[in-house]
Amino acid sequence: MMEQPVLEVKNLTVRYGRTCEYCRNGSRLVKNTCPHCKTVWACNDINVTLYEGEILGIVGESGSGKSTLMKSLYFDFPVTEGKGYLRDFEDGRTDIFGQSLQQKKYIKNHVMGMVYQNPMLGLRMDYSSAGNIAEKLIAAGRRNYAGMNERVGELLDAVEILQSRKKEPPKNFSGGMQQRVQISKALANNPAILLLDEVTTGLDLSVQAKVLELIRRIRQEFHISIMLVSHDLAVIRMLSDRTIVMLDGKIIEQGLTDQILDDPQQPYTQQLVHSLL
Amino acid sequence: MEKILEIQGLSKQFYLYEQDREIKSCSDITFTLNKGGFIGIVGTSGAGKSTVLRCIYRTYLATTGKVVYNSLSYGKLDLVRADERKIIHLRKVELGYVSQFLTILPRTTAREHVINGALDAGFSYKESVEKAEEMLRYFKLSETLWDIYPNTFSGGEKLRLNLAHAMVKAPRLLLLDEPTASLDNDTKLLVKELLMKLKKEGTSMIGIFHDLEFMEGLCDHVYNISKGSFQKGEAL
Repeated sequence: MMEQPVLEVKNLTVRYGRTCEYCRNGSRLVKNTCPHCKTVWACNDINVTLYEGEILGIVGESGSGKSTLMKSLYFDFPVTEGKGYLRDFEDGRTDIFGQSLQQKKYIKNHVMGMVYQNPMLGLRMDYSSAGNIAEKLIAAGRRNYAGMNERVGELLDAVEILQSRKKEPPKNFSGGMQQRVQISKALANNPAILLLDEVTTGLDLSVQAKVLELIRRIRQEFHISIMLVSHDLAVIRMLSDRTIVMLDGKIIEQGLTDQILDDPQQPYTQQLVHSLL
Repeated sequence: MEKILEIQGLSKQFYLYEQDREIKSCSDITFTLNKGGFIGIVGTSGAGKSTVLRCIYRTYLATTGKVVYNSLSYGKLDLVRADERKIIHLRKVELGYVSQFLTILPRTTAREHVINGALDAGFSYKESVEKAEEMLRYFKLSETLWDIYPNTFSGGEKLRLNLAHAMVKAPRLLLLDEPTASLDNDTKLLVKELLMKLKKEGTSMIGIFHDLEFMEGLCDHVYNISKGSFQKGEAL
């Protein structure tokens, strides 16, 4: 029997600009920008499939469209064209990008969790950490204070943040702790999919190790599917089952992670792998 | 005899775009591995021995040829063209790969590393702990090392941990990529003893070794790979 994907994205395109006859066929772009009308094709005809319990790595140079893809999936950026299907939203029969704002909010609060590279995007720095997590629980319809308090405790335990610090705002925390609060917030409503955008960038090695171990544990314990954007190929090698390579808004190569890193087939992927320290 | 692996006309070339040149690693490799068999591969450095194993494990995409694996999960399957999801499943459950190098997540102890291997194969946590401890004992890794991060281990200890991690899922096919390269004689003998035991228990194996003495009594057939082509030799 065919395995049903948790997420299926078909022909996703995100562009900024009005487009012209030159860039509509895609072949006349310089990098990801049309030289005539200056339209930027941030994501260009992306097809992605994510399966249950899988970690899908996304690599590519800055500006290749990795974060745009993640943010479009989380409805932070409007999608110009394309369709997306979630197993946990109407059994994967309905396109998620065509939904009303209310339905999109439902998906963000119940089916997906997002951890941004910059914690300021994912957290309210002046609210308490518990308040940040409770916000997500309230958005999913929970109102019982004791129940929410208990859930916040569980989530902070899972990311190894002392419960004695739950009333402190994230602005008092280190970068690694802020990322872990973001992860616990993203996990609050047991989403099927976790989107992680450069979560280990800028963290020192020991904190990075904690976050990596946490990601592995989350996948194992919750059977959650994860899309992981990272510039660090060692992180991708350690965690990802499959990897996608993006360049100029397009997917240029995808496959098993070790095959992509040890036997890259595309010139850019070879260049990327050979740039490893 | 049931065939577990049939390799037909396998060849691998790497194309380096930066230098605009092609590197031929191995060509026209053909051999068959029976269930419970052990094939040894010898050859000089750079002859293409590891390439063959990596093409079987799909770390490398073979340029031409077939790697037909008789799997429990999907029946006969060409590993060169099989769907990536099937390869991931087979790696978790049926295929093992052991090299002299240990790749491990940071902050993971030896015991956790082996437990993770069992969890990936689908065992419950309780079963995984039992199996992991059994394997660590089987491969004679001292109990004092179980809860230590393995980056401080010696070469022999790392190798035995690698073997325990690969064997905890009881793979049907075990690929050994120069596992004894950096070991002293006593540790080599211990590893040989353990491999003999695995062979008796029915694990099919393909191994790359430099040491002909080590292969004596272990391999059913030895293939000599020279300049990328294969020649079959006698059993040692």
